[in-house]
Parts: sequence; C-alpha cells; structure tokens
Amino acid sequence: MSRNYIKELLKPFRESKLFEGLSKWLAPSSGGSAGVVRGRENEVPAGRAGSAAYSTGVRRVTLIPGHGIGPEITVAVQKIFEAAKVPIEWDEVDVTAVRGPDGKFGIPQKAIDSVNTNKIGLKGPLMTPVGKGYRSLNLALRKEFDLYANVRPCKSLDGIKTLYDDVDVVTIRENTEGEYSGIEHEIVDGVVQSIKLITEEASKRVAEFAFQFATENNRKKVTAVHKANIMRMSDGLFLRCCRDVATKYPDIKFEERYLDTVCLNMVQDPSKFDVLVMPNLYGDIMSDMCSGLVGGLGLTPSGNIGKNGALFESVHGTAPDIAGKDLANPTALLLSAIMMLRHLQLNEHADRVQNACYEVLREGKALTGDLGGTGKCSDYTNAVISKLN
Amino acid sequence: MSLIGRNIVRALMQGSQHVSKGVHTSAVNADQNVCFAPAGISTLQPNATKEGRIKCTLIPGDGVGPEMVYSVQEVFKAANIPVDFESFFFSEVNPTLSAPLEDVVNSIARNKICIKGILATPDFSHTGELQTLNMKLRNALDLYANVVHVKSLPNVKCRHNDVDCIIIREQTEGEYSALEHESVPGVVECLKIITAAKSERIAKFAFDYAVKMGRKKVTAVHKANIMKLGDGLFLRSCEEMAKLYPRIQFEKMIVDNCTMQMVSNPNQFDVMVTPNLYGNIVDNLASGLVGGAGVVAGASYSPECAVFEQGARHIFSGAVGKNIANPTAMLLCSANLLAHVNLHSYSKMIKNAINKVLTDGKVRTKDLGGQSTTKDFTYAVIQSLA
Repeated sequence: MSRNYIKELLKPFRESKLFEGLSKWLAPSSGGSAGVVRGRENEVPAGRAGSAAYSTGVRRVTLIPGHGIGPEITVAVQKIFEAAKVPIEWDEVDVTAVRGPDGKFGIPQKAIDSVNTNKIGLKGPLMTPVGKGYRSLNLALRKEFDLYANVRPCKSLDGIKTLYDDVDVVTIRENTEGEYSGIEHEIVDGVVQSIKLITEEASKRVAEFAFQFATENNRKKVTAVHKANIMRMSDGLFLRCCRDVATKYPDIKFEERYLDTVCLNMVQDPSKFDVLVMPNLYGDIMSDMCSGLVGGLGLTPSGNIGKNGALFESVHGTAPDIAGKDLANPTALLLSAIMMLRHLQLNEHADRVQNACYEVLREGKALTGDLGGTGKCSDYTNAVISKLN
Repeated sequence: MSLIGRNIVRALMQGSQHVSKGVHTSAVNADQNVCFAPAGISTLQPNATKEGRIKCTLIPGDGVGPEMVYSVQEVFKAANIPVDFESFFFSEVNPTLSAPLEDVVNSIARNKICIKGILATPDFSHTGELQTLNMKLRNALDLYANVVHVKSLPNVKCRHNDVDCIIIREQTEGEYSALEHESVPGVVECLKIITAAKSERIAKFAFDYAVKMGRKKVTAVHKANIMKLGDGLFLRSCEEMAKLYPRIQFEKMIVDNCTMQMVSNPNQFDVMVTPNLYGNIVDNLASGLVGGAGVVAGASYSPECAVFEQGARHIFSGAVGKNIANPTAMLLCSANLLAHVNLHSYSKMIKNAINKVLTDGKVRTKDLGGQSTTKDFTYAVIQSLA
C-alpha cells in the first residue's frame, strides 16, 4: 500500500521537467564523474562524494523506506521535501531480503546498484528476520557503502521536555572494527575470548573525519573518549591517532577523557562536551545515552559516512504495533534527511526545513503520541509544511 | 596447631568484644541500607587486637584520596571508634615510594577489611606493563564483586529523584584482562575473556545480594546481540541462575539501551549485574545522576575480604591540596565498613551525622553547589555525631 502511495505521490514530480533534465544529465555524467569522485575521496576522508559538482543540480538519492512504520515516515519526509522544493530525486528501492546465489538471504542486487550509483541514501528502520541464513540488513548496507563513521548530533529541542535542556553534542563513532570485529571463539568449554581489533588506519580515518566535521560545522572542541588506562595498547593506539590528527587542526581544541569520566560528567553537565570521537562500542553506548538526554531515539538523527558514500537513517525501531495507523513520529527521519541536505551542501534548504520542524516542535500542537501529543503523523507533516514559508 | 590456637583466641576476642560492646550486636539488621556482603560470602572475622579493637588496612591512594582518608580518620577519632588503621602508601604513579603489592595484599588478607582511596591509572607504563595496579590488587585478592549502591541523598539537588539501585559488577575478567598484542604495526588485538565459572559466580552473588537486601528485580546488562559468544555466555549464566531464584524477577537489557533508560527513567532499576566494562560505565553514569563521584560509596568483595572504596573512582586531580573535594563518599564507605564488622551503632552514627549535615544544607562542598571546604564538612559531620 505504502509503495503505491509513494509512486502516486511522486507521479507529478517524475513527469516534470526536472526529472527529464536529471535523466539527461545522468547519462553522460555516469562515466566521467566516477574519476572525479575517486579523486576527491582520497583527499577528503569525509567521503563527500563529488557533491560539490552536483550541488546546483538535482541530486538523486537512494531511498529505503524500510519496514514497520518506515514507509509512513518516509512519505512524510518526501512530502515535506516536495513542498520545500528541495532538489532531490528519490530512487526508491526495496531491500526486503532475497535469496542470493550463495543461498543466503541478503539485500537485492538492485538496491546495491542503486546505492553504488547514487552514493547517498536515506533509510527508514529495517527489521532483520530472526533465523538462520539471514544476514543483518543494516550490516550488509554498512559493508556495501563501507561506512566507517557514524555521526549522531544530539541537541535539546525546544518544546520537548526532558531533564536536560543544554545538550548540544555530536558523537562520532568508529563503525567498522573494535569490539564489533565479530572474532570470537571458545578456547575450552566455558572460556570465551572476544577480540577487540583496533587498527591505526581506521582510527586515523575516523579521527580525521571528526576534526574535519568539527571544522566544517564550526565546532570548538573534539574530545577523544577512551579507556587507555586499562586497555593500554588498543585504546592507546586509538588515542595516539587522535593526538596525531589533532596537531593538524590547531583551531580546534582537543581533549582526551576516560569513558567513565565522560559518562559521569555528561549526566551532570552535558554542556561541557562538543564533539566526541570514540571507538565502536563506546560510541554505541554514548550515542544512545546522549539520545536519552534529549528525548530518545525518535528525535535523534543519524548519519553514516563512508568511503563509497553516505547513508542517513533513523535509528529507532520499526514499531510494528503502530505501523500503518498514521501514528508514527517522523522527526528522526526528517532530521536525518536534513543532515543529508547539509552533507550535500544544500544548506539553505536544510535550514528552511529545519526551522519549520523546530517551530512545530516548539509550538507543540501537532505532536505525535510518543511526545505526549495527540496528533497523527499526517497532521505533523502538514504542520511542518505550513511552517515552511 | 597454631591455626587452631589462633582461631580459639580469635573466638575469645570476638566474645569479649561482643560483651563489651553488646550494644552493637543488638543493632544487627536494623539498617537495611547498610551494605554488607551476603551471608556465606563474607567472613565477618576481622582481626581483633588485644583490646578488642579492629585492625583495618588503609590505602590513601592518589589525587584527593589522602584528604578524604584524613577526613575519615578525624571522624573515627572524634567518635572514638575502636578501629586501628594499618596505612600503606600504594600508588602506580609514584612507584618508588609505593609499598610492595605483596605487603598490601598480605595486610588485607590478614585484616579482611580495607578502606581505599582511588588509585590513579596512567594510560602508559614505563615498564611496558599492561596490568594496572588496581587490576593486580583485585586479581591477587580475587576481589571479584564490586557493589555500588546508588541512592539519592537527602537535600542533594539533582535532575533525578529517588534513584535507588545496586550495581554489581564482575571485576576480574572481561575487558580488563590486560591481554593485548600488536600483530603487525598498527594493528592491535585486545582480548576480552568471559568464563562460565566467573559469570556464574557473579550471577549467584547478585541474586544472593538481592535476596539479602530484600530486592525484587535483577537486571543483567549485556551486549550479546553483538558479542554472541562472550556476552552470550554471561547472559546464559545469569539466566540459569535466575531459575534458582523464582521470587526474584529477572530482566535483561542491552547496555546501550540501559544507559539510555538510565538517563531518562532511572527508577525502573533495582539490582543490576554486569560484566566488567559495562559495570564501570553504569556505575559512573548512575553516580552522575545522584550528585557525582563525591557522594557514592562502593565496595569490592572477595570470598575472604572486603575493600571499601568510592563507587565512581576518579582521582579528581584538579582538587589536590585545595581542600574542596567532597568526603561524603569516603565517609559513607567507612560507615559501610563499620557495618560490615558488626559495629552497627557506630555505622549508623556516622550515617545519621552525614544525613543531618546534608539535610541542613548549611555546609556544602563545591560539587553540591556550596562554598565549604573538605575540612568544614568533616567538622560539621563531627559536630553532628550523636
């Protein structure tokens, strides 16, 4: 149902001149731009894959609506973007698992191809079926894009009452190694060793990204979160990489803090922190904790930056119990989409949509059930659209 | 032979102590908030000296540790508490002055109780050693269970109210194994070890503790969705143990979700049991919710002895010598120590005094929004001893 709805919604758009122009532009550029993209990748670790070249035109973005409430909130975002006249063309793909040649279930080739051509994507929540032979779809996407850094800005929003009102932190998490290396074995019965893998290459890469991010977003300080006092070699290596990179960015203040100290200080005074960069597990924990400070996963956007592109997503669950009832809260996905616009350097559009979204939250009239309101997803969407001008 | 002799002497001493201080035994079980190890785990047999006094090992530690410990000693002196301290300078950042590990371990093993400031753990070692002094001490004494009771204090203003949870952390294995190697330059492997034996042991400790303290629920914190074997083993051990305690509700929670729940709704937690690193995170997080490192007491237990130390271990190096740190945590530790050795009336006396000072709110250290010094606070507590 939702897929038809999306098609219906985009019909007038697809028949418009914009789309024609886009398809014309796509044909010759597909060969030539690849080289440009590669070249830029090497110098800019942020993986801003050739976006500057396209920033005046229409960008094609792979759209993965996802499962559960995914399609509804995706449509909400599409509607808002359409109303805001954001120059984005959605390339919607379905990632429902199909059986691959190796007999395992995974994402369909079509989705992978789309991701590889567009280099940028927006994704709703995905649910991996439990059972043997299913690979995590999230993990598969992460591999396909080679997404090495996860960025989650957590900012207190006006109108959302929490116990903390001065949160403005960005957590940057190394996404490919560390505790999540997946190397584990049972040496003898009842003794398991899990290997945490830290490499210089990956640590440098994420540190570089963190400082780059701080520079581009006018942030003042980068804090490396580590536990090098007990893991002297592995976290020590990570810390050393951060220190090395920090010397290249004299304008950004650099500090290092133990993970436990950050936890303690964060819940007491979150305004002490700005940008945090850390290995995989710590990032997982800190990013969720910071989301908790500002009101939960339904309000925090998330972006994954990789060598082969970037994927923006909402990190909340698929909420199957309210799926299809027009009750879901699209804020997280909308904010993620705004992050994507900034990544594409469509800053004006981003500001406009963001202001509208913040305004609606501040007024608090059209809030959805999870924020204590009675509004429906469509009410919220319309409210944001009405605030666009 | 000598062993039997010593035991007899000790039994006599215990007897005489109980006679002379009968008031203390009558107060047993009076205070449910007092932390002591569950029966069968702790051996409440401190080494008593001739006069019926109790000997206790004291490690001032680094940072503000010595100032905190001084505050405890002042209060003990003022309250005339029959505890003698056996003090050791023990430090990793100052290896030349530090007492040898063996001496400290022997002393604690002999006295069965210890009060300890925080040891600084630098993130490098001149000798290339991967184990920190803290880890060595824990391993030597097999201090496997760290218990931190996080409880909102009277008149300490925080964002969250009525937090009351007990965090039990395994602290001899897991990420703190200190097994690391550099396979090739730039690639480091760090081993996290989880064993069935130690997981079961901590799970049993947690459930026993919950029963002893009259708690309703035990939450196992894990990341078994990613570390399927390692954390999976820990989780399975807890699940198995939970079956033996049908009256205690058992719940499991993934660590990232746990931290998120902790900052938004900490009141849902009761007793939590965690592997090493997650425990460290949750301890500190929870301490932050109720007022910071200066107000939360903790303790580490081995089958034989108990080491009382702060719940959130920070050396607070910025405050060294400035007389501004909050001694509440250390004083609460000392009160718990007294309860552990059955000196309940003294324990309550100190706790009541602390509560009184906090409730009055006239003397507050900087971390609680006041201007008073460590000494002011200590003397205020002494004034309130009744």
